[in-house]
Amino acid sequence: MRFIPVSCEQRETMLHAVGARTVDELFEVIPASVRLARPLALPPGMSEIDLAAEIEALAASNTGGLVSFLGGGCYDHYVPAIVDDVVSKPEFFTAYTPYQPEISQGTLQAIYEYQSMICALTGMDVANASMYDGATAFVEAALMAARVTKRHRVVVSAAVHPEWRAVLDTYAESGMIEVVTCPAEWGTTDHAALAALATDAAAILVASPSFLGCVEDVAAIGTLAHDAGALLVVAANPILLGVMEAPGVLGADIVVGEGQPLGNAMSFGGPGFGFFACREQFIRQMPGRIAGRTKDVDGRQGFVLTMQTREQHIRREKATSNICSNHALNALAAGVYLASVGTVGLEGIGRACIAKAHYLRDALIATGNFSAVSDAPFGNEFALRYDGDVGAMQHALLERGFLAGVDLSRFGDEFAGMVLFAVTEKRTRAQMDRFIGEVVSL
Amino acid sequence: MSEHMKREAVARPLIFEIGSPESRCVDAPALDVPDVDLGVVLGSGARSRAVRLPHVTEIEIARHYQHLASVNFGVDSGFYPLGSCTMKYNPRIDEWASRLPGFAGIHPYQPVETVQGALGLMHGLQEALGEISGLPAVSLQPAAGAHGELTALMAIREYHVANGDARKRVIIPDTAHGTNPATVAMCGYSVTQVPSNDRGGVDLVALQAALDTDVAALMLTNPNTLGLFDENIAEITGMVHAVGALAYCDGANLNAILGKVRPGDMGFDAMHINLHKTFATPHGGGGPGAGPVCVNEMLAEFLPGPVVVKDADGTFTLTTPARSIGRVKAFLGNFGVLVRAYTYIRALGAEGVTEVAEQAVLSANYLKERLRGAFDLAYDRTCMHEFVLSGERQRKQHGVRTLDMAKRLLDHGVHPPTVYFPLLVHEAIMIEPTETESLEVLDEFVDAMLAIAREVEEDPEMLHEAPYTTPVRRLDEAAAVKQPDLAWKPAE
Ligand SMILES: Cc1ncc(COP(=O)(O)O)c(C=O)c1O
Repeated sequence: MRFIPVSCEQRETMLHAVGARTVDELFEVIPASVRLARPLALPPGMSEIDLAAEIEALAASNTGGLVSFLGGGCYDHYVPAIVDDVVSKPEFFTAYTPYQPEISQGTLQAIYEYQSMICALTGMDVANASMYDGATAFVEAALMAARVTKRHRVVVSAAVHPEWRAVLDTYAESGMIEVVTCPAEWGTTDHAALAALATDAAAILVASPSFLGCVEDVAAIGTLAHDAGALLVVAANPILLGVMEAPGVLGADIVVGEGQPLGNAMSFGGPGFGFFACREQFIRQMPGRIAGRTKDVDGRQGFVLTMQTREQHIRREKATSNICSNHALNALAAGVYLASVGTVGLEGIGRACIAKAHYLRDALIATGNFSAVSDAPFGNEFALRYDGDVGAMQHALLERGFLAGVDLSRFGDEFAGMVLFAVTEKRTRAQMDRFIGEVVSL
Repeated sequence: MSEHMKREAVARPLIFEIGSPESRCVDAPALDVPDVDLGVVLGSGARSRAVRLPHVTEIEIARHYQHLASVNFGVDSGFYPLGSCTMKYNPRIDEWASRLPGFAGIHPYQPVETVQGALGLMHGLQEALGEISGLPAVSLQPAAGAHGELTALMAIREYHVANGDARKRVIIPDTAHGTNPATVAMCGYSVTQVPSNDRGGVDLVALQAALDTDVAALMLTNPNTLGLFDENIAEITGMVHAVGALAYCDGANLNAILGKVRPGDMGFDAMHINLHKTFATPHGGGGPGAGPVCVNEMLAEFLPGPVVVKDADGTFTLTTPARSIGRVKAFLGNFGVLVRAYTYIRALGAEGVTEVAEQAVLSANYLKERLRGAFDLAYDRTCMHEFVLSGERQRKQHGVRTLDMAKRLLDHGVHPPTVYFPLLVHEAIMIEPTETESLEVLDEFVDAMLAIAREVEEDPEMLHEAPYTTPVRRLDEAAAVKQPDLAWKPAE
């Protein structure tokens, strides 16, 4: 296939206009010593029909039709049909960043509305137009807290997703921040240890629900942080914020998270998007793009990218972040998602996830094969200890069509024997009952 | 503006301002398990006040976003010669592929035996990008170009640290994109900027003066942001290596050189590739993209993990390189974007990929020749996939700025080129047609530019007020900063 609408004859016309006999002449500015003297070693091109068959076969070779209890930051939620319809509109998905606001009002108004929804969910004053994912938003929050407080050390709870903490560690190698990890007791942060570590910290970073699904006492952690002059950064699961308290109400200064649950496919873990919101007083230290509402010369309402003096294209090495492209289309999907479920739907979906997760946890413990890891309150996700070989158990259940949670040993030996289960509103009681039946029959 | 973008008498209400409190679209499923008392289950973590979200029915959502789409301009709306951004056509087969349930519906923690197709695709993309770049070790994890820059620079730092060699500075030319210096700073290095020579390439004398054993790397875009290929590239990377520093290529301009010259063969040690530019994945109104990093053998062990490897028996597994910098993102990367890029590369094949560069370069040179009389050329040389005009003549003689001309282009149904970048060209107008535009479209653009050049001479005042036909006209950006209105809030 080729996507070039220029004929051979037209190419000759163009060559003539530029005064070259062949296209190769134009490449003579490249010294022959570095030029590639052979064709690229890539497979030959294909017709769309052949290609579709090949790609479809590749997709089909991933096992389909499994009933999933996998979570850990990526969830199998329902995506309303209208969401993909909107993000499939070419005026949205084939547009660049809205640098020319006069012809980008669609993207800009949609971002403004998205920002407003994120503020409503999180209880924050301002939100940016999105980050790459929850993990990078989390890191940017730590860096921002260091700039705001002019302090160097951030304290992160060990109950935060291990991959997010790994990303934080990677970025911290720059020396811009020092990361100290506060111990956690199976999914909830150790407050006494936190109190000791908070002194002189730029930020305390926690997740609620935590990696193991536990609901943290955010208000108490906030008090600890603020007493020490540190900012409180809370990572939240946005789909639960219809039923969970807005972190802003509980004292958070910056709220971030992975937005995938809101209207985005799992897609093997990406692209989702990171949401990022904070209190108004910190806005000049916020990373990323922000849309704002203003007026045009005729006095009509319009939207622009604003506060750009924070950004790399203006401020270069003094920018608040190097981020340029973000995850705008995924944020658009989230906006459409939140509009379509509305206040009532989001509350109902959050409630369904939590009710079903509690149903499954009770039933799994009742089988006698699983035991509790923590008694802390939890939402849509929980960890259990399996009495037996986790790998063998998961393998057997896979044969019967189930993805039986995340084997937590992949995140370190301290998690050996533990399994993380997530339940979304899509899981039915019938599926869960069948699953329990299979667990019992193992 | 194109007919479909109409000015409206009144502004579109916000989605919060339409519908009624009873309006509903998607409800939660009927609860088939015992309900829970959220106050008991969540304790003080339970929500105290309902979230104020929009309340609309589906038709209202459909019309709202249809309206917003109608006042938005994408590649499908018309010509989008936005320099440095490679706004080419986004093939629909790629979109289709990314939405296949076998790709869109899989979870990153599924057992590898259930996702062999996805891992095989990633492996195939790693191989293809390694071949195209001449830098065979590839990480698909970075989410965008800037993220790739950071990832590669971290790998370079780790390499130096492993050699017991803590270096402090990174050199960038004055033509560099803003993400380059911002990335350097995020990596904890300081920026040393070197000037360009009068041919638009790196000034070798200045480079030599800036190079010492404190320099960790040079970051260079080649072809650079002037659209010019730096002929001294082999010498430049040689000079960098001579002081033990490494050479990094910002791959934003890879479209120009596909199959013609490979960054690895130019002496670069590492690069990122913007899949959302060169490999036709859509920009999505700002993203998502993907910024894979390609490096040579020396840096391979420092790449972020996991990467996909093919075992002797043909199965694909995930592994983390020996001295990996660690993760830069949760999970595996922007897989949905990777699917699109892989599909695109398979569609084109070796020949098609090379044709992309050929046509992109020819189209850019064609526009340059057609526009050279009416505007000043920043550098009068054969260009690669883009070139930079200067509006300095129009500003000096008629008081019309590049911004005015860009806004006037909107009235012609064209997305303006990139303006005021690169920074070293006064009143810069950076034009990148890409290979997917027909001669007719290019000629229409030339006509529009020439018409504007005439208007500059005949009616400069009129240009200060442009555009006239867009859904909104020039917006008050100063007011947007002074009285920030960044979120809708319900009336208390
Ligand atoms: C030359 C150059 N480098 C880097 C980038 C950053 O890429 P991204 O927006 O994908 O982060 C861009 C994007 O505009 C660019 O043009």
